[in-house]
Amino acid sequence: MHKRTLASIWHRRGFRQFLLVVPALLALLLLFVYPISSVLLRSIFSPDITLKHYLHFFKTPLYGRVLWITFQISALSTLSSLIVGYPVAYVLRRAKPGIRNFFLLAITLSFMISLLVRNYSWIIVLQRSGVINTVLSYLGLLDQPLKLLHNKFGVMVGMTHIFVPYIVFPIYSVMMGIDLNLEKAAQNLGATRWQAFWRITFPLSLPGIGAGALLVFIMALGFFITPALLGGRKEQMLSNLIQIQVVDLLNWPFASAMSVILLVATLVIFSIYNRYLGVERLWGGVKT
Amino acid sequence: MNDRSRKRAAHYDPLHIGWPLWVVSGSAILFLIAPVLLLMPMSLGSAEIIEFPPSKICLDQYRKFFNHPAWQTAVLNSLQISAMTSLFSTTLGLLASIGLVWGSFRGKGFINAFIVSPMIVPLIVMALAFYISLAKLGILGTKLGLVLAYTPLTLPFSVLPISATLRGFDRSLENAALILGANRIQTFFKVTFPIIRPGILTGAIFAFMIAFDEVVIALFICGSTAVTLPKKMWDVIRYEIEPMLPAISTLLLLLAAFILVLIGLLQKRIARRMTSV
Repeated sequence: MHKRTLASIWHRRGFRQFLLVVPALLALLLLFVYPISSVLLRSIFSPDITLKHYLHFFKTPLYGRVLWITFQISALSTLSSLIVGYPVAYVLRRAKPGIRNFFLLAITLSFMISLLVRNYSWIIVLQRSGVINTVLSYLGLLDQPLKLLHNKFGVMVGMTHIFVPYIVFPIYSVMMGIDLNLEKAAQNLGATRWQAFWRITFPLSLPGIGAGALLVFIMALGFFITPALLGGRKEQMLSNLIQIQVVDLLNWPFASAMSVILLVATLVIFSIYNRYLGVERLWGGVKT
Repeated sequence: MNDRSRKRAAHYDPLHIGWPLWVVSGSAILFLIAPVLLLMPMSLGSAEIIEFPPSKICLDQYRKFFNHPAWQTAVLNSLQISAMTSLFSTTLGLLASIGLVWGSFRGKGFINAFIVSPMIVPLIVMALAFYISLAKLGILGTKLGLVLAYTPLTLPFSVLPISATLRGFDRSLENAALILGANRIQTFFKVTFPIIRPGILTGAIFAFMIAFDEVVIALFICGSTAVTLPKKMWDVIRYEIEPMLPAISTLLLLLAAFILVLIGLLQKRIARRMTSV
């Protein structure tokens, strides 16, 4: 009897395929769910259950300011990546194969290069004795070097540089689906090139803009490397504060509370993304 | 419709790109690629000070890098950790993809979402999570700890290309093999596996690259005993002036270019296999 039930489970539809998924599920439970929940527990037990770390976060003006800066930098870098990326996607759609492939190659290469190398290259370009200052003062345009690093400008440049590919790919893939005859029809009906773009192409490309922008915003919220390397003290984001709390101050419970806040903010925005655009797009955006 | 607009419509080419657009998009491409390419000539400069433009042309930076024991250890650690991570996450990812793409069972959609969910958790949160839980196990500062941390992180990146390839695989080929007398295991290793191999390799390369480049988790986990290449680079960029960084960057740039070519070739192979069957 016992043997027969086992056999019937074994032969049930999908059971053997499900078994193949089990190792990955176990690994994720052990190496993903468990660690994340220990952060959650750390943030509310110390040693009894308490919300004091969260209260401390929301009551201290400094942390409110950091939260605001985090959202501000994320929004601004999303916007600037859109401004840089959109024209590229537009040109990619229309360029001849040779130029298109060259552009795609450059974007993908930049996308594949180590994050640290990309940030470091901006240090070399922007620092006091860096490329820009050297060239400008050589040309006699500067009396004293410009301050381009360790401020908001530096962070914005570095983050935009990293996010542009994530903007270009989803917009490009949406644009590939827009029938160019629509624009032609608009022009036949008397629209100027600009009107045809603004009334036809732009609205139709909005899903790509939305997908790219939300993806970039989610990544920006938890960004750590660029604010740490290219920002000054005023540009430190939530992630940087978490690191300082852990490494320098050894305040694990408070760092855990901040991590939970960051995670919740990310998940809220992600659920908007998922609701309107579907999670599959995430891959469409990263594919090389 | 007046005469002018009629003329314009007749000549209208939707593929036309005006020169302002060329300037804007060209500058964007330059913005993406120029700073990194700039590191290449700088890597030929002096290994004593960082200078632009370099005052002499030599290979001192490379020589210094390849003869430096601490950097060698870091590179070796990174290679080992990334290879192990890639092996783990590709194995788990291959099994899971086969189950998820070809099976039908309750909760499949949820499991799919669950497997890609490490992608959206901020790295700093993962870093703290592993810091706390690996400390409990006493494996902070070990390569094993880093591999354990990187496995869930890279799992989505191996699952996605593998399951995409599996979806494109024509299962009637398996039936043909079975009818011709092969058993299930033979069918998998002689028919299925060779065809989906490029997809598996793509997944393995992605997992390797992500582990090889990861720095945020490494900052928390490495300690001083399992320093990886990105962690060492971070320390140097942050706290000291190290004139051989342009050389290291150039080597990483070449690695990225190599991987790009490799993935391009694999994609081509996947496309060919999917259309030729």
